[in-house]
Amino acid sequence: MIDRVIDGRGLDNFDWRFLATVGAILLIGILSLYSITSGQSGSGLPLYGKQMIWILMGSGAFLAMLLTDYHKIARVAYVLYGIVLLLLIVVLIVGKTSHGAQRWIPLGPFAFQPSEFAKLVLILVLARYFASAPREGWLPRVVIPGLIMAPGLILILQQPDLGSALSFLAIFMGVLLLVGVRSKALDLILLFSLMLFPFVWEIMWGALHDYQRERIVAFVDPSYDTGGKGYHALQSRIAIGSGELLGKGLYGGTQSQLDFLPEGHTDFIFAVFAEEWGFVGVLLLLGLLGGLMILAMEIAVRAKDLLGTLLASGIIAMLSFSVIVNIGMTVGIFPIVGIPLPMMSYGGSATITTMAALGLLLNVKRRRLSLFY
Amino acid sequence: MHGSSGSQHELHELHRRLRVVKVGILIVIGLLAFRVWQLQIHEGDRYRGLSEDNRTRTVLLEPARGLVYDRNGALLANNVPSFGLYVTLEDVPDREVLIRQLVDLIGLDEELVREKLAGAGSRFVPRKIKDRLTLRDAALIESRRFDLPGLMVQAESQRNYPAGVTGSHLVGYVGEVSEAQLNHPEFSDLHQGSVVGQYGVELTFDRFLRGRAGERVVEVDARGHEKRTVRVYKPQAGDDLYLTIDIRLQHLAEDLLGEEFGAIVALDPTNGELLALASRPAFNPNALSRELTKKQWATVVNHAGRPLTNRATQGQYPPGSTLKIVMAAAALETNTIVPSTEIGCSGGYRFGRRVYRDWKAGGHGLMNVHGALVDSCDVFFYTVGQRMGIETMAAYMSRFGLGQQTGVDLPSEQSGIVPSPAWKKKVKKEPWFPGETISASIGQGFITVTPIQMAQVTATVANDGVSFRPHLVGAVMERTTGRVQELPIVARGRLNLRKKTLRIIKEAMKEVVTEGTARRAESTLITIAGKTGTAQTVSLRIGAKDDVSKKLRDHAWFVAYAPADHPRIAVAVLVEHSGHGGSAAAPLAKELIETFSKLPPMAPVVTEVASSVATPDPAPATRGSL
Repeated sequence: MIDRVIDGRGLDNFDWRFLATVGAILLIGILSLYSITSGQSGSGLPLYGKQMIWILMGSGAFLAMLLTDYHKIARVAYVLYGIVLLLLIVVLIVGKTSHGAQRWIPLGPFAFQPSEFAKLVLILVLARYFASAPREGWLPRVVIPGLIMAPGLILILQQPDLGSALSFLAIFMGVLLLVGVRSKALDLILLFSLMLFPFVWEIMWGALHDYQRERIVAFVDPSYDTGGKGYHALQSRIAIGSGELLGKGLYGGTQSQLDFLPEGHTDFIFAVFAEEWGFVGVLLLLGLLGGLMILAMEIAVRAKDLLGTLLASGIIAMLSFSVIVNIGMTVGIFPIVGIPLPMMSYGGSATITTMAALGLLLNVKRRRLSLFY
Repeated sequence: MHGSSGSQHELHELHRRLRVVKVGILIVIGLLAFRVWQLQIHEGDRYRGLSEDNRTRTVLLEPARGLVYDRNGALLANNVPSFGLYVTLEDVPDREVLIRQLVDLIGLDEELVREKLAGAGSRFVPRKIKDRLTLRDAALIESRRFDLPGLMVQAESQRNYPAGVTGSHLVGYVGEVSEAQLNHPEFSDLHQGSVVGQYGVELTFDRFLRGRAGERVVEVDARGHEKRTVRVYKPQAGDDLYLTIDIRLQHLAEDLLGEEFGAIVALDPTNGELLALASRPAFNPNALSRELTKKQWATVVNHAGRPLTNRATQGQYPPGSTLKIVMAAAALETNTIVPSTEIGCSGGYRFGRRVYRDWKAGGHGLMNVHGALVDSCDVFFYTVGQRMGIETMAAYMSRFGLGQQTGVDLPSEQSGIVPSPAWKKKVKKEPWFPGETISASIGQGFITVTPIQMAQVTATVANDGVSFRPHLVGAVMERTTGRVQELPIVARGRLNLRKKTLRIIKEAMKEVVTEGTARRAESTLITIAGKTGTAQTVSLRIGAKDDVSKKLRDHAWFVAYAPADHPRIAVAVLVEHSGHGGSAAAPLAKELIETFSKLPPMAPVVTEVASSVATPDPAPATRGSL
């Protein structure tokens, strides 16, 4: 059956579109990193060079996930989940502290972030759970999956890492929305609450006093903007807004080049790009991201079996949540939580995880014609 | 078991939901695009401006203020290098910490710093919080600049007055532009911390002296560190002023007054150039041009002698008998009397139930106008005044320039008061009493004049009725062209007095010095003509008695010109509370005039400098009429 996949049947039109879209987004990310870090003197590889290494490693993960039958991968989902939970415990013990939270496990010259891998593993676990047997009644459809997800969520919150925890929760909610909840009413409520989430959040969050917000944010996520009184958010809006129609050009982004924009290489990379390439560039990037989502939807809908559809759906939930919340926070309509922009923000664990997820996605598509498993 | 139909059903349901989610995601991405449109297109200009504010800091390059010289090129005001301390609020992480550091490190006044930091102005523009830093303090701050973000030491120039107290009232002083001034269009080119003239010609000629500020726009990073200079506009230094003052005469005039309160004005009657303009007590402009605390200010302002008042142009005193010059001219011109008209003086003048006394208890006997001027006979002028009436007197006072500003190029000149029934009704809401005409006849009562007005009156007589606007600034060296522009001499008016009238008055003024009330002004070097006066401070009680406390004693006046035949200098001296003009004021005028006579003839202002820089067109005197 592996032969069927890697046999002479070459990449079709769809595959090319998928790969071109992903490649373009990755390129935009490297370009933005290159622009803000090229001026920095310092020993060692510049940031964009390191990111290229992550992408190379990510390509390996992409191929591995593409070429291994996703049913086989799903079969070891629970084992993988067990390993991830173990790593999440390890990180709490030996983790490297950065920005006031323990997220990293040092590994020679690198450090990796188990919470990133945890997201992909959660997708595998949930898909496996719902696809392996018919789950009837609210207990198996909602409560049991919740109990499966809970230890991971709690461990991530322990670090604490609000961004990853929210992503983790979003994947769970997304999958539940698609397959778990059967009640039409609850269904609609869930859907609406997901869509209205930003606005509700904004209203509730906006009603709080500054000190209350600072306490809450400091409690769940000490790394972000405590006492900064919206400095990050404002600088991000200034960076994006000052790009105007055509942008300030490569290296021209004064907000990011002169360090007014915080975390330009990670969480605020969208603002870096928007400042230098303007509204025209933003439309291109949003087009690519939207296009990728449409392609992913197509894969999910046209997947041969329930497992494939579920895997694709989980990946869609993960990617779309990150994209929307990240851009939403840089443009100032969401509160600032540490969620990186997939395929663009600098970061090894996130890049490798995302590319592995994309490989899995294409895997689902490539196998939809196979008759056996 | 995993029934295939159930699975199919599950799949079907999943597909349906996926389509809904797909639409939802695309809508949200559309919303994000709309939001970016809002930021980049709709509000793009605003954010572009904010990003420019972020990245650039404009450092003002203060222009060098123009220099001030006396008529011979002696330096009266220049600039010396100093260090100014600036703060850019945007780059200050914690204001309270900064204040503490400044107080501890270089001992700044906490309240003053607080005031400066709270003042209006952009967060992005460095604001001056201290000038004249000592070298030690400047070095201290520079050495810790990384612990003190937002602080900046800038080398700049500080106003300096080499002559110190001498000429302080006419040169004036400078100070930081006030917030009220900044709102005025005249100061639109200035910024918080800019230095402007606050007094004297520093104030009246500020527009020339000020120059134009330049600026250096630098790019900074988020930590406030300079990355590069974006552009530089060089400052343009201010124009230099050449005063008509001779610093030697000015110095002497101030010394003559010494510790007494008073004023001396000396001018050239042929063109209105002020040669000396002294007022005592004076102030030290070097001290006032510094940053003063409220307490230091209060000491200056509340000083009993009011040193900030320029008594020469702002002090208003009854002219006393010096007014008799004007009275005599009025009486002769209106034919109220002829030169030979004699009036008997028995030491008093009865009007109604009251007797107005002459200063000389026994009286002067029979007097014509000449004798009445020489001996300053009061009864003669009571009678003449009574015959003319207050309206005619007031008209002549006005023709001589009293009751109006002379137009001297100094700020806040007072105009004095020429009383009349209309004036009294308007100001005092009372009718004019006939007895008040009698007081006015000898320069007492409501009438007040400034010393510069009396110098002007004297100069007008000396110059046969032609007067010029008194002025201090003779020429301006324009920085942009390098040319020296002489300022035009402005004729104030021509009195058209009859030759005979002038001759009688001038003859009498000569005799005042040789045989009359001002014999102490007689000089062997030069013929002086003058008139004494005594301004009563309390009532018509004549004469200053020794037992009267100093505050109640009369002001002494003496006006004079010399040489009597071809006058080149006219002088007015006023000494407060020092008694009779003949004894307290006349000697001062004499010494000033004698010193003047020993100086080489006054050369036109700055000819030497003018020829070395450029040949200016001789500025024609513009003739005005009154």
